[in-house]
Amino acid sequence: MKIIVCINHVPDTEAKIKIGADGRTIDKAGINYMLSPYDEFAIEAALRLKEKFGGETLAISLGGDVHKETLRKALAMGVEKALLLKDDSPRDSDSIGRALAEEIKALAPDVVLFGKQSIDYSDELLPGLVAEHIGASSVTCVVKLDAQEKSFVCEREIEGGHEVVTAILPVVISTQKGLNEPRYPSLKGIMGAKSKPIEERQPKAFDSLVEVVAMSKPPAKQAGKIVGTDASAAAELVRLLHEEAKVI
Amino acid sequence: MKILAFAEQREGKFKKSAFEVTQAAKKLGGQLGMEVIAVVVGDSVSGIAGELGAYGAGRILTVQDPRLHFYSTTAYAKVIAEIARRENAGVILLPASQMGKDLAPRLGAKLNAGVAADCTALAVGGSDIVASRPIYAGKAMISVKVTSPVKIFTLRPNVFTASPVNGAASSVEACTVDLADADFSAKATSVKVAEGRPDVTEASIIVSGGRGMKGPEHFHLIETLADVLGGAVGASRAVVDAGWRPHDEQVGQTGKTVSPSLYLACGISGAVQHIAGMSSSKCIVAVNKDKDAPIFQIADYGIVGDVFEVLPALTAELKKTLGK
Repeated sequence: MKIIVCINHVPDTEAKIKIGADGRTIDKAGINYMLSPYDEFAIEAALRLKEKFGGETLAISLGGDVHKETLRKALAMGVEKALLLKDDSPRDSDSIGRALAEEIKALAPDVVLFGKQSIDYSDELLPGLVAEHIGASSVTCVVKLDAQEKSFVCEREIEGGHEVVTAILPVVISTQKGLNEPRYPSLKGIMGAKSKPIEERQPKAFDSLVEVVAMSKPPAKQAGKIVGTDASAAAELVRLLHEEAKVI
Repeated sequence: MKILAFAEQREGKFKKSAFEVTQAAKKLGGQLGMEVIAVVVGDSVSGIAGELGAYGAGRILTVQDPRLHFYSTTAYAKVIAEIARRENAGVILLPASQMGKDLAPRLGAKLNAGVAADCTALAVGGSDIVASRPIYAGKAMISVKVTSPVKIFTLRPNVFTASPVNGAASSVEACTVDLADADFSAKATSVKVAEGRPDVTEASIIVSGGRGMKGPEHFHLIETLADVLGGAVGASRAVVDAGWRPHDEQVGQTGKTVSPSLYLACGISGAVQHIAGMSSSKCIVAVNKDKDAPIFQIADYGIVGDVFEVLPALTAELKKTLGK
């Protein structure tokens, strides 16, 4: 089974976000980056598929040189090969999707895995874009995966339950928390990853279809009203919710 | 030019987001001088399609096929793209639900259309639609415009209003789209429904518990309060990671994003990852014994107190007020 896992390098969840001087991007100074958390489930799923069916695993990331750090993490966890589509310029999701699809299509994989969302822009567009461009089936937000040679039976999270989906290979899967417990890289894995080569290629450029008009800090919220400091405040809180906020 | 509104239904019942999306389309249509067409896809939907008229759909198109009873990403995308081409739609609105988020990029790729995802506001400036939403877990806001001829927007559920107007004129038309077996390469075969309380992404009231609940055995306090309010139970990442609650209740950057009208955070300190998932709630109430907890900075109302005393009192008061 030929397995590709697409991963992203994102500001860590504790990062303080400042708007850049252009008013359209963030100020990258002083920000620590990490592998997008959902991508760990995708890497783990890729490794388990390889363990079950044999074959090969490849991690792909599109971005600047710093993305090598995230690719090395995938290698350390056990992915065999890594490819950096090196491009630091801002791209919209459509353009990233087309560039990834271009590379992926040429490799003719059986399975392409993504994390459910990249936690920077969280638009959840790439799995569907890539699936459509490479002509694959897809299942997003997968929490359970029963993999067979020709088709996967997945459970995907929907509002108030799970949808059981059968997908014929080739398939694009996006992984949700709960699918698996990602393994920790072994010391041997970490040492080995340092010396493994990361292939680099320039991705194709595409016109952007979504233009950023402005980026801003969210409006500061007014600090609210402290209704009381013990259980006796419950009655007043209920009155406020009922009469002032009118939410109950 | 026309605006297409995808009205999501499951099991022959519209999702609330179907009305929100239709009404948002109606508003945009008014501002841009565009006709609004609602599209309903499923097995047996002609009976409910007319409900969309009250939310502003002049024309309602239904595509019925027994094979469309359960959702299929490939077949649904083909159907909607085909209708969009036939109708020469310039704008397509979908809910940012599990179905809409799954469909939007496939439609984008099929129609060479840019997608503005998970919008929390749409504004018209000249002939442009400017869409806004939070990014970086709510630490920043972004405004975008789609520059392709066909523009797709997904709207965050519970944010846009849906208020019916009786007596609006509308017509329902049945359409057909040819579907081959190959169009169902991914297809749902069943749905496992979680029994009981509503899902956090759809609930208008959420009662969430965090570390301050001190253990899974105390979550009955949260559940009882949620049940009195007819609301959903939510959880912070810490308690999900600790195995106290299932991950489908997790609210936050690595959980679900919610916008209920009332969000009660109980024993939740308000880590930035949590706030990311719930800051667009209309009214936020915090109960926490630490007066310096960051949750109080975004709460509309707060009680600085012990959850084990405050929650039972709150439940009792609500029962009185709501007559239960």
